[in-house]
Amino acid sequence: MSFTKKFTALLMSAAVALPVLLTGCHGSRGMDPFVIPEEFDTSRNYEITFWAKNDTNKTQTEIYGQAIEDFQTLYPNVTVNLRLYTDYSRIYNDVITNISTNTTPNVCITYPDHIATYRTGTNVVVPLDELFADAKYGLGGSDVRFDSPTADEIVPQFLEECVIDGEHYALPFMRSTEACYINKTYVEALGFTLPDVLTWDFVWEVAEAATEKNADGTFRINGQNVMLPFIYKSTDNMMIQMLRQRGADYSTDAGDILIFNDTTEELLYTVAEHAATEAFTTFKISSYPANFLNAGQCIFAVDSTAGATWMGTDAPLSDISEENLVRFETAVRAIPQFDPDNPQMISQGPSVCIFNKGDPQEVLASWLFMQYLLSNEVQIAYSGTEGYVPVTSKAQNSDEYQDYLSRSGEDNEHYYSVKLDAAKLLLAHTDDTFVTPVFNGSASLRSAAGQLIENVTKSIRRKETVDDAYMEKLYADITSLYRLDNLSSSVASGKADLGPLPGTSVALLTALGGTWVLILAYVGWGILKKRKK
Amino acid sequence: MKKILALAMAAMMMFAAVSCSGGEDTAADVKSEGVMTYAEYAAAELETPVVVETYVQAKQGWWDNQATIYTQDKEGGYFLYNMPMSEEDYAKLVPGTKIKVSGHKTAWAGEVEIIDATYEIMDGNYVAEAMDATALLGTEELINHQNKLVAFNGLTVEASTDANGNEAAFLYNWDGSGQEGTDSDLYFNASIGGNTYTFVVEYYLCNETTDVYNAVKGLNIGDTIDIEGFLYWYEGAQPHVTSVIVK
Repeated sequence: MSFTKKFTALLMSAAVALPVLLTGCHGSRGMDPFVIPEEFDTSRNYEITFWAKNDTNKTQTEIYGQAIEDFQTLYPNVTVNLRLYTDYSRIYNDVITNISTNTTPNVCITYPDHIATYRTGTNVVVPLDELFADAKYGLGGSDVRFDSPTADEIVPQFLEECVIDGEHYALPFMRSTEACYINKTYVEALGFTLPDVLTWDFVWEVAEAATEKNADGTFRINGQNVMLPFIYKSTDNMMIQMLRQRGADYSTDAGDILIFNDTTEELLYTVAEHAATEAFTTFKISSYPANFLNAGQCIFAVDSTAGATWMGTDAPLSDISEENLVRFETAVRAIPQFDPDNPQMISQGPSVCIFNKGDPQEVLASWLFMQYLLSNEVQIAYSGTEGYVPVTSKAQNSDEYQDYLSRSGEDNEHYYSVKLDAAKLLLAHTDDTFVTPVFNGSASLRSAAGQLIENVTKSIRRKETVDDAYMEKLYADITSLYRLDNLSSSVASGKADLGPLPGTSVALLTALGGTWVLILAYVGWGILKKRKK
Repeated sequence: MKKILALAMAAMMMFAAVSCSGGEDTAADVKSEGVMTYAEYAAAELETPVVVETYVQAKQGWWDNQATIYTQDKEGGYFLYNMPMSEEDYAKLVPGTKIKVSGHKTAWAGEVEIIDATYEIMDGNYVAEAMDATALLGTEELINHQNKLVAFNGLTVEASTDANGNEAAFLYNWDGSGQEGTDSDLYFNASIGGNTYTFVVEYYLCNETTDVYNAVKGLNIGDTIDIEGFLYWYEGAQPHVTSVIVK
C-alpha cells in the first residue's frame, strides 16, 4: 500500500506519453503474421511467460498459481512462468520496452487502450478472430483439453470492448464498474432518505449538508475534525461518465479529441463549487476513499467494484487502525446519475492478450493458456476475490456462482455482503455499461479527463480564482501536457506523423522522378522520330 | 569552588552535546531572503505556497521528468513529491546537495509533502545523521520528526502474518501477495517495550540490489536489529527503511 500505490498514479500519468513516442518510430519490418498450425505439436516442450496483475491480494496470486498448475497438468509439455505486477502501468511500460527487443511476454493482462499502442509495432499482438473460430483449438474447440467457453458464452458487451479496428485483439478476463459506497447511517442522520438510484444533485446536497460544523470546529455529523463527504477515486472515470450521462462529446471513434467543450466547463464549475466548501475531494489529493469512509470521515466513496473488500466497517481488508474504525451501515449504489431512468456507467477491468512469436506452436500454447483463464474454474475463483464479475455467461449461470451470490453476508470474508452487492450491481447493469473509444493515445485522453478535475479541485483549495480565463488556460495546459494536439492530427488520418522525409529519401525520390522524366522523354522522342519517317 | 565546578560541568555537557551530533556543524541554517525556516514551514497551512532551502538525503525515483526526493535541513525533513525535473538534473543530485524549492505544502494520508514545486540547485552541502527516535516510538512526539532520517535501535523482529495466516519474518507486500523479482515492497514487524511496529523497505527507494532489501530478506523472527530510515507517514508512522543491522 502507501507510497507504492500512490506512485502508481504517477506511472499512469507518465505512461500516457509513450504512445506518441512509439508512433514516432518509423517502424521496422516487424514479425510475420501468426498462422494457426494445423496441429498442436505436443512432442515438443514450450515455456511461456504470463505477465499478470493482482490488486495486492494474496488470494489472487494463489488463483493464478493454481490456474497455472491445473493448466500444466492438462498440457504437461507447456510450462507457464508467472510474473506478477501490482499495477497496469508497469506492465504497459515493460511491454513497450520489450517490444523493441522482441522479448514481450507470451500472455499479458492489459487494457485495450494499451493494446492499441502495442499494435503500432508490426504483428506484435496476435489478432484473435481466426483463433476464436478454429474448429480444433478455438473457443470451445474439439481438441481443447478443458471445458472452454464458446464465443457465444462470453458476455457480448465485454467481448466487444476487445475489438480494435474491427478485430478482436484481447479477451476480457474480469469485469468491474464503479460503485458508490455509502455511509447510510450518516445520510439518514442528516435527514435524507437514500434513493435506489443516486443522482448528482442528491449527492451534492447531502455532501454540502455534511460540511456543517459545531461551534468547536468539529463536524456536526461525526464530531471529528475531518469530514470529506464525497471522495472520488478515479477522476478520469468521473469526467468520462459525467460527459456520457450528459450526452456530451469526449472523442470520436477515430480519435478526434472533443473533450474541451461547454459541458466539460460546466461540470468543472460544479466541481469547483463543491471543492470550495470541501464537500468534494479526490484520491490523488486526499488519499483512499475507503480509509475515510471506514473512519466515519466520508459519506460517498466512489471506487471500483473491484475495491469492495476495502469498503465498510466490517471490510476484510483495511488500512486504518482498529481504533479509528467507526461502525455504520454500508450501502452500495451505482455511481450518481443525471438521468436516473437511463443509468450509464463505465465498464472496466483487465483483459488479456497474446504476443506474436517466431514459433507458431509457442503462440498456440499461449492461446490455449489464455483460453484457460476463461474457464469456469478460473473465472469463478478470481471473481470472488473482489467485486468482479465473470466475463462468461457460462460461469455467471453456473450453479457454483449462483450459490456464491446467494450466500451474501454469511461471513465477512468470502461472502462479504458489500463485495457481493458490488458484483450484483454490475450483473444487474451490464446493459447500462459503456466503454470509450480505443485508439493509439486514448490512454492519454483518459488521463487528461481526470486531470481537469484534479487541477480545478487543487486550485480551489489553494484559493485561486477559477473563471473563464482559468478554464481557457487549463484547457491549453492539459492539451500540452498530454500532447493532445499532436494526437488529434496523427490519429485523424489513421497514421502517425513521422515528420519530414530524411534527406536521403528526398534525394532518392528526386532521382526516381528524374529517371521517369528521362524515360518518358526518350519514348516521346522515339515516337516523334517514327512519325517523321 | 562550587561555582567553578558548576562551570566545568556545564562546559563538559556542552562538549558532550556536540560529540553526540557526530561532529556535524550544528549551527542553524542561514536561510536566504524569502525562504522559510523549518519552523515557519511546519507552521504553514496546508495548500499554501512554501519556499524552503533543503538538502537532498535520498532519491526515491524519477519518471517522466518528475522526481520524488527525501530532503532535510538541520531542523527538519521535507518530502518532495513529483517535482518536475530533467533527468540530467536528477543525476546531479547526491546526498547533501542543497536545493531551493518553491511549491505547495499538502498532506496525503498524513504524509506532509511539497508538490507542484520548482527548484534551484545551490552551493552548500549537508548530510544528516540519523536521529535516534527509539524512545519516541508510539508517542505523539514522533510526528514532529516526520520525513527526517531516524534510527530505531535494539528492536526485536516479530512475526508478520500473511493473508492466509502464515507467519514469516517479512512479507513481500503488506499481505504477502508479492514475490521476488517484482517491484514488491518488503514489510516486517519489530517490537520494543512490548509494542510492535511495522516497517517498510520501499522498493522504489531501495530495490533488490540494495543491502537493506537483502538484509530484510535474511531476517529471522527474534533477531535483534538496529534500523535506520526516513520517517514517512501513511495513516500513521511507516518508516521507509534504508538500513537494517542484525545485532
